[in-house]
Amino acid sequence: MSFTLPDLPYAYDALQPYMSKETLEFHHDKHHQAYVTNGNNLLKGTEWEGKSLEEVVKGSFGKNAGLFNNAGQHYNHVHFWKWMKPNGGGKIPGKLEKAIIDSFGSVDKMKEDFIQAGVTQFGSGWAWLAVKDGKVIVSKTPNGENPLVHGATPILGCDVWEHSYYIDYRNRRPDYLKAFVENLVNWDHVEEMFSKA
Amino acid sequence: MDRRMIIGGVGAAGVGAIAGAGFARSARAQSDAPFKLPPLGYAYEALEPHIDTATMRIHHMNHHQTYVNNLNALGAQLGDVAKAPIEQTLSHLSSVPEAIRTAVRNNLGGHWNHTYFWELMTPGGAKAPTGELKTAVDAAFGDFGKFKERLAASALGRFGSGWAWLVVDKDKKLAVVNTPYQDTPHMELQAKGAVIGVDVWEHAYYLKHQSRRADYIAAWWNVVNWDKAAENFKKAAA
Repeated sequence: MSFTLPDLPYAYDALQPYMSKETLEFHHDKHHQAYVTNGNNLLKGTEWEGKSLEEVVKGSFGKNAGLFNNAGQHYNHVHFWKWMKPNGGGKIPGKLEKAIIDSFGSVDKMKEDFIQAGVTQFGSGWAWLAVKDGKVIVSKTPNGENPLVHGATPILGCDVWEHSYYIDYRNRRPDYLKAFVENLVNWDHVEEMFSKA
Repeated sequence: MDRRMIIGGVGAAGVGAIAGAGFARSARAQSDAPFKLPPLGYAYEALEPHIDTATMRIHHMNHHQTYVNNLNALGAQLGDVAKAPIEQTLSHLSSVPEAIRTAVRNNLGGHWNHTYFWELMTPGGAKAPTGELKTAVDAAFGDFGKFKERLAASALGRFGSGWAWLVVDKDKKLAVVNTPYQDTPHMELQAKGAVIGVDVWEHAYYLKHQSRRADYIAAWWNVVNWDKAAENFKKAAA
């Protein structure tokens, strides 16, 4: 199976003012497309050709850095688009909210930890909510890595590569993360991934 | 190398204590904070149209300033790091207390890299190396054009945030390398010195070039200060 660039599930200007049309155009049409193109080129002739995206990501980690970087970023971005929606943020669905409170003590504490993970990821990378051993955890990873290669199942990720926020927020990564959590997160997609995890 | 020289922009080793003391007054004496943002040696708009004013301002005043602030925020925890020559700390990171090692790696690395980067650029400089550096580049890479291709490929090949360099490596050979994040060539690579280096964090080019890192690198060649590069080479190869 080769990688294909999915369409955005909303219009390019749908996330304004929290994420601009210009950012989404570059991020989706250029950055994500480059991961798809490079990933397909690097996948050819490897043992992972024909495998599912998750199998490519997990299998190539630590073995084929070029393929992993692109496959990992493809996986991350496929979900990143769905983890956002216009008028996002707000109330977290019941079951997921309960699991978050069980793990963190409160929703606010989870948000605080998630934002802190994103702020402290030095350079390009991601902040995550994941399920590991039945608990919801916060983590951060460099570059194209994600919780799949650390024995956990990602349920929410925020891209903190500068390309994700530089046009709209410049160097103010904390402001971007706060807007992501409060105004962009599509908790329904998070819940969907949580219930499968 | 003495930190005062790095901050003040005096590159040559052995320029001596007089210049060092002068820069110490201007750059360090205002407060007790051990690290200071060095001034650019040119105006923010001086590298136009190759490097844009908006990028230079935010890169120097916000990004570089943040590394300096983060270092100073370590306060008394810095211990010897506050006084030691920066390059000595960077090449002996394992000697830095574990509690502050990552913070020092990232922020002292970022401080050194950016101080170096500002000095390595100049408006209206030569377009290519001359003299001993030219001879060495030709010998190592074939010719200047082939070297430029090698450095650009290394810069494009660095996935995510980092830097690409021409270094005098630990075996005293010229080599093109890249480093992740704010790692400097002194760290794992134990290079003798960096001849030239280019910042490929997205913040270095996103306002003007967005996803087109290759265009940024092509533009950057126009502002390289080859006199400074020659000085770096001489010192590293000595």
